Amino acid sequence: MTASTIVLALVLGVAAGVLAGLFGVGGGILFVPALVALGLGQIEAQGTSLLAILPTVLAGTWNQRRYGNLRPRTAVVLGVASIAGVEIGARLATALPEATVRRLFALLLFAVAVHLVWRTRRQEPRYPESP
Amino acid sequence: MRLVAIGLVAGVFSAFFGVGGGIVAVPLLILVAGLPERAATATSLMAIAITATAGVVVYAYRGEVELGYAALVGLPAAAGALAGSAWQQRIRASTLTYGFAVLLSVLGVWLLAS
Repeated sequence: MTASTIVLALVLGVAAGVLAGLFGVGGGILFVPALVALGLGQIEAQGTSLLAILPTVLAGTWNQRRYGNLRPRTAVVLGVASIAGVEIGARLATALPEATVRRLFALLLFAVAVHLVWRTRRQEPRYPESP
Repeated sequence: MRLVAIGLVAGVFSAFFGVGGGIVAVPLLILVAGLPERAATATSLMAIAITATAGVVVYAYRGEVELGYAALVGLPAAAGALAGSAWQQRIRASTLTYGFAVLLSVLGVWLLAS
């Protein structure tokens, strides 16, 4: 690991956190490529990304609770229901060749890029620019 | 029932890609469960804490979790998340969004090429 890859990891880490806070995501979409850049395999990067997501979403949740936006009961139902899906998703990912998962992840990056732009454009008329 | 279905979809998506699943959960919370935008993003973050914990257990069981690397990107991200969720309360995020869209596209091209 060179100094420049560590700097890249830190920068992508902060960027992932900002993305997470702004859009209510975990930041994995940036963690996974950052970890691949650090030399991890695709599946290893995905498992490690899930762990990196924890401090990220805990910080975001703590802030959002102070702002009064959090609906804890809804979150718990959603989170507990997701556990069943997690086992299915991990089985699928580890059953496929790593190169296939990596290509699908690249497609996900493009899809999310388009989706974020669409979401922002959709809400523009409802939230006029603050001074 | 709707929430359970959203959770299941987000869970499969999360573990398949090693992400939180918020990118599918937030739009579904807005469009299907009827939450306002900010409540949806806040609630998604807390739900992801549960989803990602389950994901870590499943991946760690297969020996695919690197603690040091997770800290290297995850701890700066916690600081980033504090900033991001604070900015969300007062700014319109369009400029940042376009920046992120470009960043994600560049990383997508790089992953395909590598």
